[in-house]
Amino acid sequence: MPAVSKGDGMRGLAVFISDIRNCKSKEAEIKRINKELANIRSKFKGDKALDGYSKKKYVCKLLFIFLLGHDIDFGHMEAVNLLSSNKYTEKQIGYLFISVLVNSNSDLIRLINNAIKNDLNSRNPTFMNLALHCIANVGSREMAEAFASEIPRILVAGDTMDSVKQSAALCLLRLNRTSPDLVPMGEWTARVVHLLNDQHLGVVTAATSLITTLAQKSPDDFKTSISLAVARLSRIVTSACIDLQDYTYYFVAAPWLSVKLLRLLQCYPPPEDAALRSRLTECLETILNKAQEPPKSKKVQHSNAKNAVLFEAISLIIHHDSEPTLLVRACNQLGQFLQHRETNLRYLALESMCTLASSEFSHEAVKTHIETVINALKTERDVSVRQRAVDLLYAMCDRSNAKQIVAEMLSYLETADYSIREEIVLKVAILAEKYAVDYTWYVDTILNLIRIAGDYVSEEVWYRVIQIVINRDDVQGYAAKTVFEALHAPACHENLVKVGGYILGEFGNLIAGDSRSSPLVQFNLLHSKFHLCSVPTRALLLSAYIKFINLFPEVKATIQDVLRSDSQLRNADVELQQRAVEYLRLSCIASTDILATVLEEMPPFPERESSILAKLKKKKGPGNLPDIDDSRRNVNGNTEHHEPTETTNKSPPSLMADLLPTNRPRPASSSPIMLSAGTMGSSHPFTDLLNLNSPPAAAPSLLVDVFSDLSAPASVEVSEDNFSRFVCKNNGVLYENQLLQIGLKSEYRQNLGRMYVFYGNKTSTQFLSFSSSVTNGDALKGQLIVHAKSVDPVIDGGAQVQQILNMECVSDFTDAPVLNIQFRYGGALQNIAVKLPVMLNKFFQPTEMTSQDFFQRWKQLGAPQQEVQKIFKSQHPMDTDVTKAKILGFGVALLDGVDPNPANFVGAGVIHTKDTQVGCLLRLEPNTQAEMYRLTLRTSRDSVSQRLCDLLSEQF
Amino acid sequence: MIKAILIFNNHGKPRLSKFYEHYTEDTEQQIIRETFHLVSKRDENVCNFLEGGMLIGGSDYKLIYRHYATLYFVFCVDSSESELGILDLIQVFVETLDKCFENVCELDLIFHVDKVHNILAEMVMGGMVLETNMNEIITQVDAQNKMEKSEVNQDLTYSLFYLPV
Repeated sequence: MPAVSKGDGMRGLAVFISDIRNCKSKEAEIKRINKELANIRSKFKGDKALDGYSKKKYVCKLLFIFLLGHDIDFGHMEAVNLLSSNKYTEKQIGYLFISVLVNSNSDLIRLINNAIKNDLNSRNPTFMNLALHCIANVGSREMAEAFASEIPRILVAGDTMDSVKQSAALCLLRLNRTSPDLVPMGEWTARVVHLLNDQHLGVVTAATSLITTLAQKSPDDFKTSISLAVARLSRIVTSACIDLQDYTYYFVAAPWLSVKLLRLLQCYPPPEDAALRSRLTECLETILNKAQEPPKSKKVQHSNAKNAVLFEAISLIIHHDSEPTLLVRACNQLGQFLQHRETNLRYLALESMCTLASSEFSHEAVKTHIETVINALKTERDVSVRQRAVDLLYAMCDRSNAKQIVAEMLSYLETADYSIREEIVLKVAILAEKYAVDYTWYVDTILNLIRIAGDYVSEEVWYRVIQIVINRDDVQGYAAKTVFEALHAPACHENLVKVGGYILGEFGNLIAGDSRSSPLVQFNLLHSKFHLCSVPTRALLLSAYIKFINLFPEVKATIQDVLRSDSQLRNADVELQQRAVEYLRLSCIASTDILATVLEEMPPFPERESSILAKLKKKKGPGNLPDIDDSRRNVNGNTEHHEPTETTNKSPPSLMADLLPTNRPRPASSSPIMLSAGTMGSSHPFTDLLNLNSPPAAAPSLLVDVFSDLSAPASVEVSEDNFSRFVCKNNGVLYENQLLQIGLKSEYRQNLGRMYVFYGNKTSTQFLSFSSSVTNGDALKGQLIVHAKSVDPVIDGGAQVQQILNMECVSDFTDAPVLNIQFRYGGALQNIAVKLPVMLNKFFQPTEMTSQDFFQRWKQLGAPQQEVQKIFKSQHPMDTDVTKAKILGFGVALLDGVDPNPANFVGAGVIHTKDTQVGCLLRLEPNTQAEMYRLTLRTSRDSVSQRLCDLLSEQF
Repeated sequence: MIKAILIFNNHGKPRLSKFYEHYTEDTEQQIIRETFHLVSKRDENVCNFLEGGMLIGGSDYKLIYRHYATLYFVFCVDSSESELGILDLIQVFVETLDKCFENVCELDLIFHVDKVHNILAEMVMGGMVLETNMNEIITQVDAQNKMEKSEVNQDLTYSLFYLPV
């Protein structure tokens, strides 16, 4: 019997829907809907109380109208009333309305919460399930506040029904995602792990999802889940399907649960226990073996389910990256799939191989499939699959195959889908640079890129080629010759004109000896493109011209004529006009010497990470970039990406700033131009010689983009840039990026400390779901206790909030806690992790003592392991006052007149920890001639001596 | 995590939309349109996965879909879900609908929005897979129907009682 009989629909609803479907036009539809909305509104407002049937009918109508894309701004109260009904039908439709239409309207949520509370306490499993569903689907903070402590109780209570347990597990998972700070950990966590042994596989599946999420956040607390998960997996994989109830799907035993368990195991490294490890290896081998068995059914569902488990097993093998035999088997299996007739399998195989390519055990094995992958690029009908092939080629590229891969990508680019061209351009540019042995090949490759896909070549790409050419003098002549030839093409891309203009302006002299590329020929060639170009390019060309005047006096008159023409001197564009006027004047009045200095060749750029890489990351989103430098994708929705926050911090918008000479030392004599450019006002702050800055907003927007799109919910690289700055001081700015600034103020007394952390929102937009917590690494647990007060979840634009951290030093420690910050900015989740500057020396109390006492104690601490000494080169100018201030800031008392040599510094103090106190003596001997220091520390504990020495020696 | 579940027909008319993350109504409609645009232009027999559109979060999200006769079933998921697993889940969803409605067709989804939502709720909750066992799902749905029926009958006896004689 069908569960829904066809006849029990609501007539009024059916009529309304038929009306809508018969509407001939959008206008008619809107008219009909408005009529219906008015009708429902009047019914809801009317004096007559509606019966359950009518309420349900009207709510269904509203749902249908909503689905068609019309706003529903009423009916919420009726829905809330339905929730409180005792009748299942009414309650259920009320919940449906709420979970579809209400998101986080806080006024209403309070009312809903009341109803939910009643249902949770009703002990009626159906009602409880409805309530749990509602909490999970809405997932708002108010709900988390109201129920976060209640749900764990329901989950682990012995008398809870299975179906309710399932819902409770997922509900808790949802709350943990939306408001992690509100979900208390506690004794229930251990009992949750034991749900992995539950009889009911549905409960196990839900519990596995929950544990996976929790384990990602605090792996240590859920370590016990490893053995249970392996045991469960082993039972599923090896057993006959007897104990699996109905969870066998098309002859595959519990595929979803297997997948979930394999995901859970990917939160951890390979098990340490040998027996457990071999049991897991056995499971994985069995799964790989099954792939070779003949299928038990021809249905696609059978092979899907089987392969879902297989792919997950392969992910785990790749994640563990420790069993070479398994890795090679996985690679071979994927190799088979690369040629499978199922497109889905080819797609997934390409994707998995991307991660496999970064393992040292299997990189070579992956490379053997290069021909197949190239073939996929050429023959696959599906752009999604071709895209994966591009990703894999990028991931498997190394010095041995770079030329082949770049050539194949270039040739694919000619016919590639528009949607993925830009990405391919970036990848080619990165590979060409990274694996260039011969830079002429690099220059050729980039010029080819511009020729084939000029429109998709972003600024970063052509900036980069210029940077490299300027930095490598072995390729400058070749580059000049090549761009000169390329510019001869009748329709060359504007990006080529830019590169050509810049390079000829700098290095045109290198090819001027050849009569075919004499100065005049070069100039005429460039100028023939001038009128077809946009304003920024023309500005760049004008700068190239003035450089020509310097390089080739013989064309000076020709160029002056051009500059003097009305189309330049009276150009409507103020930038072009200004350049023409200034350059013309400069060429007239300046002597050759001055010209030569002002228009000197660009100095080399500082080496740094390619900004193209940043651009690619931004485009792909950090999650999906198979990074060439082996950043591993964590399948559980996270990426352990190493660079984004850090590199973008270290190398700010790089090229932009760099191509502007204002950023670098430049000869004083070049100031006339800079000065006059400076008079143009703030809209053109850097009018450099070659005007790479012409779209004035480009620099900042580039920077912002690079930052703001790092939207992956991820475990972030911990920033420790400013860590060492806080060794000798307690206040200052700890961290800053485009969005957020973190400032610190801290105070310490004996073994206690208090830190005020200030979070400043630098944008004009609110930060939402702001949370910050402090985590201690394994080693640090038990040594340092940090208690973080909660912080307001919303930070308004431009506002600052404060968080207080209380600290207690239990015993001496080396590691530092990490401050984890999470918030939403414009929809994107931001994750920041910063190493908190809490070091052992913060718990110093200075001790004054006489010379005699000092030497007596110094001698007492004479055992070899008590002394740590370091000799190091000074990093900063050797200034006595600064050094004194640093030693005082370090926390010890500075003892005058103790050391016979007045140039030396001597200090003493006591480190206070809860367990013990450690007396410390230190001596710093500067040697100004050699610019070296010798630092000696003696304490009663070797670990303390070592740590203090490490900390302090970095400061000078 | 599953971010959204969408069903629309070959003309892009939405038949079911369930979002597990908050969007404004307007954005939800745009996402449906964008997703339809991405999915509908694909040939039959290409693969069932593609990168998400910009509105749903771009390439960090995948669209996993199946096309049945007049309807597209699309799940938008993040990288924590197994692609093939979700593909099978769509199959389970459709088979369940088929059992509950006896040869399900587009009209069933239109006229029984509430039922479809209820069935889906038995499978996916707050963006996570709740139950994959079809028998279990159908048992739950049946139980709900029974409760509904009994309440309807109660209503009838109640009103009969008060009928003027």
